[in-house]
Amino acid sequence: MKMLNRITAVTYKECIELMRDRVTFGMVVMLPLVQLLLFGYAINTTVRDIPVAIVDQASTAFSHLLIDSVSATQVVNFTESYFTPEEAMQAITDGKVRAALIIPSDVTNRYAKKLVAASQQGETPQFEYSLNRPIGQWIVDGSDTTIASTIKQLRNMPMINLTDYPKNQTAATFEVVQFYNPEQRSAVNIVPGIVGIILTMTMIMFTSISIVREQEKGNLELLITTPIRSIELMIGKIIPYIFVGLVQMGIIIGAGHLFFNVPINGSLWQLLLVTLLFIAASLVLGLILSTIAKTQMQAMQLTFFLMLPSILLSGFMFPYEGMPVAAQWIAEVLPATHFMRLIRGVVLRDANVMGMMNDSLWLLGFTILGLIVASIRFKKSLD
Amino acid sequence: MSEYAIQAKGLTRKFGDFTAVDNLNINVPRGKIYGFLGPNGCGKSTSIRLLTGLLTPTQGSVNVLDLDLPKQVEALRLRIGYMTQKFSLYEQLSIEENLRFIAQVFGLDRHAQRKRIEELLSVYELDKRRKQRAGSLSGGQKQRLALAAATLHKPELLFLDEPTSAVDPQNRREFWERLFDICDTGSTILVSTHYMDEAERCHSLAILEAGCLRADGTPQQLMQDMGAKVVEVGGEGLRQLKEVLTQLDSVISVAQQGVHLRVLIKDLITEPIAWLRAQVPEQMNTRDIKLVRPSLEDVFVNCTGEGRQ
Repeated sequence: MKMLNRITAVTYKECIELMRDRVTFGMVVMLPLVQLLLFGYAINTTVRDIPVAIVDQASTAFSHLLIDSVSATQVVNFTESYFTPEEAMQAITDGKVRAALIIPSDVTNRYAKKLVAASQQGETPQFEYSLNRPIGQWIVDGSDTTIASTIKQLRNMPMINLTDYPKNQTAATFEVVQFYNPEQRSAVNIVPGIVGIILTMTMIMFTSISIVREQEKGNLELLITTPIRSIELMIGKIIPYIFVGLVQMGIIIGAGHLFFNVPINGSLWQLLLVTLLFIAASLVLGLILSTIAKTQMQAMQLTFFLMLPSILLSGFMFPYEGMPVAAQWIAEVLPATHFMRLIRGVVLRDANVMGMMNDSLWLLGFTILGLIVASIRFKKSLD
Repeated sequence: MSEYAIQAKGLTRKFGDFTAVDNLNINVPRGKIYGFLGPNGCGKSTSIRLLTGLLTPTQGSVNVLDLDLPKQVEALRLRIGYMTQKFSLYEQLSIEENLRFIAQVFGLDRHAQRKRIEELLSVYELDKRRKQRAGSLSGGQKQRLALAAATLHKPELLFLDEPTSAVDPQNRREFWERLFDICDTGSTILVSTHYMDEAERCHSLAILEAGCLRADGTPQQLMQDMGAKVVEVGGEGLRQLKEVLTQLDSVISVAQQGVHLRVLIKDLITEPIAWLRAQVPEQMNTRDIKLVRPSLEDVFVNCTGEGRQ
């Protein structure tokens, strides 16, 4: 009973301190909101309107039609025009454009031959290869793989708009049906992930800082001489942040639904459950950091040490499957990776905690182990 | 029940190679105000932290209120109060909220909490500021709040680590009145200070330097037994005279106090005035020299001085 009273006392005190600290309190609400709007709009893996140059050596009615047709895809935007490929190459080097389309002077001729080749498909080819040559060439700044692969998609651009002939492509080998995000909007995948990023940041930082602050300001020296136990102090300090975390999750998922039309397919109970699991793991991580850091500044630095891998390796931005095995191991250690899978599963695919047992158990185990480590490290003396 | 509130034998604490407290033996009688007097960095704070169980001694034994430290430290927590050198309550919380927090931590029930807090607010003249945040209080108010918080659970033993270093003389006077009030209820108080006037108010005190105990006893006793005589020398050209006197072997220290030089001379010189005149006759003949009562500062200067860098 007395133990409960002491925990309540700490929690109440922590809430007052949190509420009176305007900037921190503002961060609780503004941080998720601003990050959501920023990331939600800004992060987009479907690239559009890449600035490119055109080198039209033919300058015929057909080449103009071809350029219009490429523009119509909205993948690229012809911003510059040059006479020679060398000039275009220089523009790429100078960073004026990302790529250039070179249309040779015999483009109409090449296209005509291509049509003949296409009409003879399935029969024994009677023409030499030179008949089926590409009608133009893209030179691309391939350093950014996303941009390069987007322009590569233009390789097999359908040409139905150009002539009345059927498109010069064979039927697809596979049919692909896309579930959960049929319109392929990045926000659908990003928004649930932002919950993981924001919670990693605030939960770890707030707990570690709030405990280190007591040390730095000398409050701890007073508390140590009182009957309060370290575990009571830790629990008491953590409780307000559990609610802070839930509020932030609510803001992100709610605003994501409102602004970006992100569906909430799973049950709210499951959402609450996975978020609580992750909050617990992150808070415990914050506790461990607080036993390492001596000043609030160090606590910040340690948080950022964990933040970057949580953003880059957790699968928030890049698919987990694309990483080398060693990076995958590191990712597996981070609670954020497991939470990314869980919350995307629940929000987008109506999965549940039981179905994603591995990730749920991992978070639970991390919390328990972390709590043990933290209480061993957090000694109630100044030694 | 032992007659001493604190008994420490051979108390030693090392931080790496540095010995902060070196073989300290002290006995603090119950119901008295006991002072730790010493310059900054002499181990006062470390000693207090060892005696409160905040730090574990490297060597030696500590018995506080008949409890062995560090074994029985949890049981001790309810019976001691500790006022830290730095203000260590929460600056974002109001006076009342701070006191309520401490009361809850010490497990006072709701009724007792309210009663005790009201009592403290009026004793320490904080009742008109109860809603004010601790961060915006003046040095004196902060100090009164800290004392109120440290005594909230009516501890049998109160530790005060340089409690008056941030307060003006008027506040310091009143603060000591409160300390005698607390002492009057039977509590023992251990206070550390580097102010002589404050040390003189203690029932008894220990002079610390470089982690070692240099002298202990009541202030009167220390002044009587100090093993040196004090003379005051007047006249002109005191700065030059000071240089000359400092060179003499039997002179322990020379300090200027306004129009006088205060000279500490070793006890083996039986006639200090005549001796002094004989040492530097050309400078001393016309001067006014008189023997005076030693002060605590003289005691302090006499038994310290080896120091450490």
